[in-house]
Amino acid sequence: MKKLRKETKNNLITYGIVILTYIIVQILVATGNMSSLMQGLLVPFCTYVIVAISLNLTVGVLGELSLGHAGFMCVGAFSSALFSLAVKDSFTVAPLRFLCAILIGALSAALIGFLVGIPVLRLRGDYLAIVTLAFGEIIKNIINAIYLGIDGNGIHISLKDAMSLGLSEDGRMLIKGAQGITGTPHDSNFTIGVVLVLVTLFIVLNFMDSRSGRAVMSIRDNRIAAESVGIDVTRYKLIAFTISAALAGVAGVLYAHNLSTLNAQPKNFGYNMSILILVFVVLGGIGSMRGSMIAAVLLTLLPEVLRFMADYRMLIYAIVLIVMMLFNWSPDAINMRKRLMAKIFPKKSQKEEA
Amino acid sequence: MAMLEVKNLAISFGGLRAVSGFEITIEKGQLYGLIGPNGAGKTTAFNLLTGVYKPDEGSIVLDGVNITGKRTIDICKAGIARTFQNIRLFSDMSVLDNVKVGLHNSNEYSTFTGILRLPKYFKTEKAMNEEAMELLKVFGLEEFAAYNASNLPYGQQRKLEIARALATKPKLLLLDEPAAGMNPNETKELMDTIKFVRDHFDMTILLIEHDMKLVSGICEKLTVLNFGEVLCQGDTSEVLNNPEVIKAYLGE
Ligand SMILES: Nc1ncnc2c1ncn2[C@@H]1O[C@H](COP(=O)(O)OP(=O)(O)OP(=O)(O)O)[C@@H](O)[C@H]1O
Ligand SMILES: [Mg+2]
Repeated sequence: MKKLRKETKNNLITYGIVILTYIIVQILVATGNMSSLMQGLLVPFCTYVIVAISLNLTVGVLGELSLGHAGFMCVGAFSSALFSLAVKDSFTVAPLRFLCAILIGALSAALIGFLVGIPVLRLRGDYLAIVTLAFGEIIKNIINAIYLGIDGNGIHISLKDAMSLGLSEDGRMLIKGAQGITGTPHDSNFTIGVVLVLVTLFIVLNFMDSRSGRAVMSIRDNRIAAESVGIDVTRYKLIAFTISAALAGVAGVLYAHNLSTLNAQPKNFGYNMSILILVFVVLGGIGSMRGSMIAAVLLTLLPEVLRFMADYRMLIYAIVLIVMMLFNWSPDAINMRKRLMAKIFPKKSQKEEA
Repeated sequence: MAMLEVKNLAISFGGLRAVSGFEITIEKGQLYGLIGPNGAGKTTAFNLLTGVYKPDEGSIVLDGVNITGKRTIDICKAGIARTFQNIRLFSDMSVLDNVKVGLHNSNEYSTFTGILRLPKYFKTEKAMNEEAMELLKVFGLEEFAAYNASNLPYGQQRKLEIARALATKPKLLLLDEPAAGMNPNETKELMDTIKFVRDHFDMTILLIEHDMKLVSGICEKLTVLNFGEVLCQGDTSEVLNNPEVIKAYLGE
């Protein structure tokens, strides 16, 4: 099975890149060669990498378009932050608490993904894009309107204001409408982030190279043929989309536990963010998990690195987007890249051609 | 008992009676041909047999089991596999994986097992790889196993489609114009392959074909469709000499 070996090798390279990056960053931090600004970006990098991989599962493997992935992040972020905040004082083993938070975030996002998927993925056509787009905005607006508190009598929810909760003296506010959640324990860090990136990769890459993954890709390539060989189309679409939503939820958990204040704004959980994630996926190469990772890091890094250029920042950003797109998608660039690789690794490419 | 027994099958699209009163009985192990001029309703008949369309009337019984009106995937599980007139491969997947998708329902493990790489994953994948390679060998495709399906030459793509269909372990194999676009040499080779498949897998085959050499060369029985209706049915040589059939084909 020459092909299987090739795939496994490819996956190992992807894991290797993550681990190597982690080691380099740790060395840079230890030797004091990394600015605090950059250090502050480390967890967001992991967040974006995870959500980009998650969206690539929907776009590249399932072949459906989701314009609401920030919405699933949002669900994961708020459900887990709510949990962590509520048990902060009674559950003090931080790593274990965070593990529970991750599971809660992933399951909540998975559940919502499943519920959104049931009606939509049965249809033929690009309905998922429209519905997820609406879903993302709705979720953001609902969360901005929720007031939630807890006291001796239990949980109180209101969509109006804090007063109408009617909390007793000993009560605590957990979600304060548009002000969101404050005081989430700072449970995530770069190491945990990298571990979660590796787990995400493990799940997605193994899924792709398994019976269910093949079923999903066969639907992407030709639904009618997939049905004709007995693939349950709706079932496998739902499986892939639910996993994708769950992983986006995990990204949300990581995000939420890196901030002391969590609120849903257009720039973190809105339409803009969903599109940005889609940009990571498209520029990194649809279906290429490694590409999504690299694009997510580069495009998050770039605006920060270019900060000193002030006015020209967005101009350069746009140019980089275009260059990346050409590099990944133009046939000429792909050929050039291949020829270049052939020069650098003559033996390997010869074998591939044979 | 016949392998396939179809009675009075009909479907209309809007006002067009694409197929009506379609009847066919195929015995186990038979190599049966379905012919007729363009637009006669042959592909539509296949789509009815495989549940792509639900018939307006009639019944389809496969090996004693009534499958009328069932979903495509249930009909596949009941034992009908097919190829398509316009090749439908999983084009961005490898040749091997195309066949492995065909093995989906006979080699099972859960999504969970696949992600966590539990022992059953390795065991089942190994069995699937072996079985898929066996099938590819039958069609001389084993050396292309790692290729993208879309990179195969046209003739090989048609063969891969047959291999994928066989992977579902059907009782009845439907081939929609398997020789379309092939040159005479490839067609000759394909005829041998089809006969081999019938003998080797003990398969019952119904095929649509315009190439009369192929039809007269391998089919034992024929049904001729014209304007959605059965024009003539019987042994190949009789049917091909029937004046009405000749008339329908030459078109007057
Ligand atoms: N989904 C559909 N909707 C409307 N009309 C259809 C549909 N499918 C087939 N038809 C019509 O039914 C008739 C039979 O088509 P069909 O494809 O079965 O012919 P065929 O015998 O396979 O022809 P060919 O030899 O050209 O493949 C044609 O007139 C076609 O236009
Ligand atoms: Mg046809």
